Amino acid sequence: MSEIPQQLRYSDSHEWILDHGDGTVTIGITDHAQQALGDVVFVELPEVGATLSIGEEFGVVESVKAASDLYAPLSGEVLEVNDTLEDQPEQLNDSPYGDAWLLKLKVEDTNAIGELLDATAYAELIENE
Amino acid sequence: MCSLKRTALYDLHRELGAKFVPFAGYDMPVQYPMGVKGEHLHTRAQCGLFDVSHMGQVEVRGEQAAERLETLAPANFVGLAEGHQRYAFFTTEEGGIYDDFMTVNAGDHLYLVVNAACKEQDLALLRTGLGGDVEVTLRDDRALLALQGPAAHAVMLKVLPEATQLLFMQHGRYQHEGHDIWVSRSGYTGEDGFELSLPNEYAERFARLLLEHPEVEPIGLGARDSLRLEAGLCLYGNDITQTTDPVAADLIWAIGKARRQGGEREAGFPGANVIVSRLIERDDARRRVGLIAEGRAPVREGTVLFSADHHEVGKVTSGTFGPSVGKPIMMAYVDPGEAALGTQLFAEVRGKRLPVQVSQMPFVTTHYYRG
Repeated sequence: MSEIPQQLRYSDSHEWILDHGDGTVTIGITDHAQQALGDVVFVELPEVGATLSIGEEFGVVESVKAASDLYAPLSGEVLEVNDTLEDQPEQLNDSPYGDAWLLKLKVEDTNAIGELLDATAYAELIENE
Repeated sequence: MCSLKRTALYDLHRELGAKFVPFAGYDMPVQYPMGVKGEHLHTRAQCGLFDVSHMGQVEVRGEQAAERLETLAPANFVGLAEGHQRYAFFTTEEGGIYDDFMTVNAGDHLYLVVNAACKEQDLALLRTGLGGDVEVTLRDDRALLALQGPAAHAVMLKVLPEATQLLFMQHGRYQHEGHDIWVSRSGYTGEDGFELSLPNEYAERFARLLLEHPEVEPIGLGARDSLRLEAGLCLYGNDITQTTDPVAADLIWAIGKARRQGGEREAGFPGANVIVSRLIERDDARRRVGLIAEGRAPVREGTVLFSADHHEVGKVTSGTFGPSVGKPIMMAYVDPGEAALGTQLFAEVRGKRLPVQVSQMPFVTTHYYRG
C-alpha cells in the first residue's frame, strides 16, 4: 500500500502539493507514482524563473523501463528546483515526500489550491485505477 | 479483445508478487517486488530465474531436416554436431530477417526455440517451407525456464549436476524426478547460465527447487530486456526486423561459411542474392552499433540521431538505462560513415540534442562458460 499524507493536496496526475500558506507551494510526486515507475534513473526539471500553466508538462521522470511526464498541478512561477535529483534520482524512490521534492512554485491563483484533491479523494482515485 | 494466455508458472508468479504485462499474447511477469534494477543487478551478481515459456519450442523431424532448414535460413545446420546449439535467423526474399531463433541438433531431430511473437508465422513457414516429409511439432506441452548468472553453475550442481558438464552452446537431455529436462547452456543476459525445457506439469515444482536456493531470485521481463541490451543481444522486432538485413545488423558471424560465396552449400536461402552480394560489397546503407550516452537521460527506441555537423544519420532501436553500466545505453542503426568506435553523435530527446558515443558491444564483459 502506498503512503498518502493527510496534510498534502494531490493532482490526478500523481503530483503532491504542500501549501505553505504564503502563496507558495512545494510539488513532488506521490509514493504511488514512484512505485508505479520503479527505479528512477533520471529526472528533468524546469529552470528557476520558468512559468508553468496548469496541466502543462514541466519535466520528466524516467525509470529503467519507461519515461513519465510531469504535469503542473497549478499555474505559477518556479522559485526553486531540487538540483540534488540530477545526481541522485533514486531519492525519488526512497523519499518521495521528503528529500525528493521537485520544485517550489509561486502560485498565480491561490484559490486553485483548494480545488486540488485532498488525501481521501486521492486515495479513492488510486483505488479505482 | 482476446484473453491473454498464461504460462505454467502463472500461479507461482502471482504468489511471488509479480506485476504482469501483456507480452506477445501472454500475461507475463514484468517485475517482482525487488524491482527491475535490483533484479538486473542480482542476476549479474548471483543468479536469476526467468520464465520464458512464452517462446516457441519446435521440433523438426525428418531425414533431410537440416538440409531443408538451410533453404529457409543461412546458417550451417548440416554441420551442426549432435548436442550443440546454434544461433540463426530466417530471411525474407528481400534479404531482411523474418525471425531469429536457436537450433539444437537433438540427434534424431532438430529442436528450435523461436520468438513468442513470431511463433505462428514461423510454424507456418516451417510447415510450408520444409516439405511434406519433414514433421514440424510445436511443443506447447513444455515450459521453458532460464537460470542465469555467476551462481547458476553452483545451483545446478545441487539440482541437476549432470548438466554442469555442458559448455556454452551445448545441449543435453536428462531425467529429474522421472521427468525429461532438456538443457542448453545459453541465455539472453551475457552471463553463464542454462535454459531448461520441462513438461508444463513439472515446471512449477522444478522452479521451486531452484528458488529454494538463496542465490536464486525470480526475474521479470523488465530486467531481461536491460540485461540483454547490456550484453549486446538483439531483440527481434526492435533491433532486427524484416527490413534489416544481416549485414547491416552486424550478424554476419551467424551466416555459415558453407553458405557464403564459394562455400559447399552456397546460398539457397531466401534473399541469398541480396545478402551474399552485401557480404562481399559491404554496401549496406546503415550499420547496427552500440551507443553510450554521456549524460544521465535515457534515450529510448525511435530517437533520431544526428552527426556533429547536424545531419540526420540514424535511429535508436533499443534504449534503456544500463544498471550495470551505470549509464544510458542504446542500439541504433547509423550511416556506415558514422559507425566507427568513438564517433560522437547526438540524440534528440525532448528537443535537446544529447551527446552519445559509438561504443563497443557487449557493453559489459560476458561470462559464457567455455570450460
